[in-house]
Amino acid sequence: MADPVLQLNDLHKNFGGLVVTDGVTLDIGQGELHAVIGPNGAGKTTLINQISGLIAPTAGTIRFNGTDITGLPANKRAELGLARSFQITSVLPRFSALENVALAVQARAGTSYRFFGRADREQTVNNAASAALSEVGLAERKQTVAGHLSHGEKRALELAIALAMQPKLLLLDEPMAGTGHEESARLIDVLRRLKGRFSMLLVEHDMNAVFALADRISVLTYGRILASGAPDAVRTHPQVVAAYLGEEME
Amino acid sequence: MSTGLFVVQVLNGLQFGVLLFLIAAGLTLVFGVMDFINLAHGVQYMLGAYLAVAFYALTGNFLITLFLALAAALLFGLLLEFVVFRHLYDRDHLEQVIATFGIIIFLNQAVKTVWGAAPLTLPIPEIFTGSIVLMPGLLYPVWRLVIIASGLAVGVLLNMLVSRTRVGMLVRAGATNARIVSALGVDIRRLFMIVFGFGTMLAAFAGAMIAPILSVEPGMGDTVLILAFVVIVIGGIGSMRGAFLAALLIGLVDTLGRSFAIDILRLVMPPSPARTVGPAIASMLIYLLMALVLYFRPAGLFPARGR
Amino acid sequence: MAQTFAASSTLPARQTKVLGLLPAIIFLVLALVPVAAVFGPESYLLGLFTRVMVFAIAAMALDFICGYGGLVSFGHAAFVGIGAYAVGILGSHGITDMLVALLVALLVSAIFAYLTGTVCLRTKGVYFIMITLAFGQMAYFIAGSLAPYGGDDGLTVRLRSTFLGFPFLQSDRTFYYFVLLSLFVAYLLFRAIVYSRFGRVFRGARENPTRIATLGFDVFRFQRVGYVIAGAIAGLSGFLLANATEFVSPAYMSWQRSGELIIMVLFGGIGSLHGAIIGAAAYLLVEEVLGGITEQWKLIFGPLLVLVVLFARGGLLGLAHAIGGRLDRG
Repeated sequence: MADPVLQLNDLHKNFGGLVVTDGVTLDIGQGELHAVIGPNGAGKTTLINQISGLIAPTAGTIRFNGTDITGLPANKRAELGLARSFQITSVLPRFSALENVALAVQARAGTSYRFFGRADREQTVNNAASAALSEVGLAERKQTVAGHLSHGEKRALELAIALAMQPKLLLLDEPMAGTGHEESARLIDVLRRLKGRFSMLLVEHDMNAVFALADRISVLTYGRILASGAPDAVRTHPQVVAAYLGEEME
Repeated sequence: MSTGLFVVQVLNGLQFGVLLFLIAAGLTLVFGVMDFINLAHGVQYMLGAYLAVAFYALTGNFLITLFLALAAALLFGLLLEFVVFRHLYDRDHLEQVIATFGIIIFLNQAVKTVWGAAPLTLPIPEIFTGSIVLMPGLLYPVWRLVIIASGLAVGVLLNMLVSRTRVGMLVRAGATNARIVSALGVDIRRLFMIVFGFGTMLAAFAGAMIAPILSVEPGMGDTVLILAFVVIVIGGIGSMRGAFLAALLIGLVDTLGRSFAIDILRLVMPPSPARTVGPAIASMLIYLLMALVLYFRPAGLFPARGR
Repeated sequence: MAQTFAASSTLPARQTKVLGLLPAIIFLVLALVPVAAVFGPESYLLGLFTRVMVFAIAAMALDFICGYGGLVSFGHAAFVGIGAYAVGILGSHGITDMLVALLVALLVSAIFAYLTGTVCLRTKGVYFIMITLAFGQMAYFIAGSLAPYGGDDGLTVRLRSTFLGFPFLQSDRTFYYFVLLSLFVAYLLFRAIVYSRFGRVFRGARENPTRIATLGFDVFRFQRVGYVIAGAIAGLSGFLLANATEFVSPAYMSWQRSGELIIMVLFGGIGSLHGAIIGAAAYLLVEEVLGGITEQWKLIFGPLLVLVVLFARGGLLGLAHAIGGRLDRG
């Protein structure tokens, strides 16, 4: 049987006396879309930051397709096929949408230690970037400067950038955050189409998205996994219901 | 290398360190709370010295001179803040560097125009002239001990202010995260003016105190400024404790380094190259130290702000 | 709150026709200076504009890492000094060949940039500014302690660099065009790099280093390469400076000189390359003109800097764009 794409083993993260990640063990299988939900402050973004390599865990290991990546810097993990989107939009505001994505393509298309030749005129790179933008519905806006895009368009751009990296695992940190009804419906559509192409770890508050997309769900509270399994099982799990007391879970 | 010489140089190092602390203290807080690079801080120090010379010529009394010089320096500092600095807080560091650099250029010239380019001096107050006997055969100037004592006293006072008073707490909080403090309803601008005013007076105080033993001339603030920045970078921006420790460290390293570099090098190489290389290494020592500290701790030893 | 850096556009998006031609106009004007100079104090004008171009090269290198890379170096004059000392030191040993001196200038500057960059680039924000300042000071003190090479007083360059034994740089006119050629080559080089793959990553790292890292780029390595290139080109500037002034001194590396380079970049307009040429010209010309009027010219120059920062963001190019924009609409 193939290695799980991601294996978190007893992951711990303390900030001084504050324990944010308290022994998280999690497996994500090939092609699976795994959602992580939990109340605010549960440590979801910290978890994503540890997986993508922006924060070093205090203890525990992270394996990516069998390889131990716990000590690898973020850029090396990206090279191995780990892509992420950010909760707080993180694009290059002064570059066009196309160039934002083209950079992601460029990272994968030969060396970037090229000092001559206009990068913005490379056909193959631009085509691949345009394709990624079309997937998320931003084809019309590709020449727009990223800083001028609407919030929802920026979230879509984040997704396009991640797609262009041809990831094996995509970490999505609250992609629906701050988007309106229409835009989030569009994003859910996009994600649904992408399912199975690669594995995804989706951190979200939007329960519509979570239950529409997830193959499995893990619930994170106080840095620990409270429950993990198929959506229906998690939805009816007594402790989960208690933790979400007062929240709508359709 | 005699013990006596060593003791003297240690004391000199402490005196230099204390001076650097007085200047760095204001600088690090200004930086910590407002994220404002103020290259013009060195001219506050220079102004303190010049004002001391000017007021002494008028009054003949050191204590009154000190009081007047501090008051005038404070007024001038607040004027600068009002006219120039407050328009720079939202600008990037590059622009702050250039604008405050422009102020240095202006004031160095202004001081030359008003007082001339020739170095000026100030007599040491009567009761503090002369030297005292530290050890048999070892004399040390009283005034330098006064500087050390007053610097330490200021350090203690500042520590009390910063850790025991409400304003001090706000300052520390502001240095750690100004946005949150502001969001909590604290008038960050007023807080900053208090910090800034205090820092200006400290720098002027340093200038006035050093005037009796150093020549007062245009540009005297420039070298000291660079060292003060080295101090706050090593100490960690926004940290008083860091500034204090780093200042003493640098004062000692620089002074002892210059005095004993050749001797130390002579332990490992013949005298002639030691004599050439020695002074070069001595002047670079502080910068090597800073590079070393920043290599292992890119945010200094005690940064106020979490990265 | 202040950021480390946030300047004008990365690449010129829209420009009026004239502004797009500005680099060409600048080089044309520079090429014609020796012709016009014949009608005036020739030697003085040639010397002045030679110096403008020499500093423009260093300022352009600084603009590259500063304006495009977001790396504000307060120690860039060190590389200029290193290049100058290459000429001085080799010259004092009888080696005047241009290729040798230039090679040494570029190599030593590049190595110094590599070593100091390795330490500096681990820091950010004001720490970066301070540590580049520190290394600049180090270079300054090292140069000042080189007793056999003049120490604090500096060293005279008896002969300008020769080519295969032939002293063709001795003529001020020939030298002027040699410097102009160097400036042009440096300009083309930086322009190419800025638009290249490398340049795109480098520019991206200024806007959002985290994002660039998560795309798979080793930001530190990219920045260091950029820093080394800028250091080497500044070394070229130093090589030319030593030849221009026929003198070498530690003062070439002082922090005040580094500050002047920053001012030149700001005067012209950060992040535009040809702006650095304009800025160098503006700075040196203002210095000359004001200095001619009064000995107290710094009383005017200081506040002028403050005013430029406060009211002329984007420097002279920024003003030109603003005016051009008005004309477009008008």
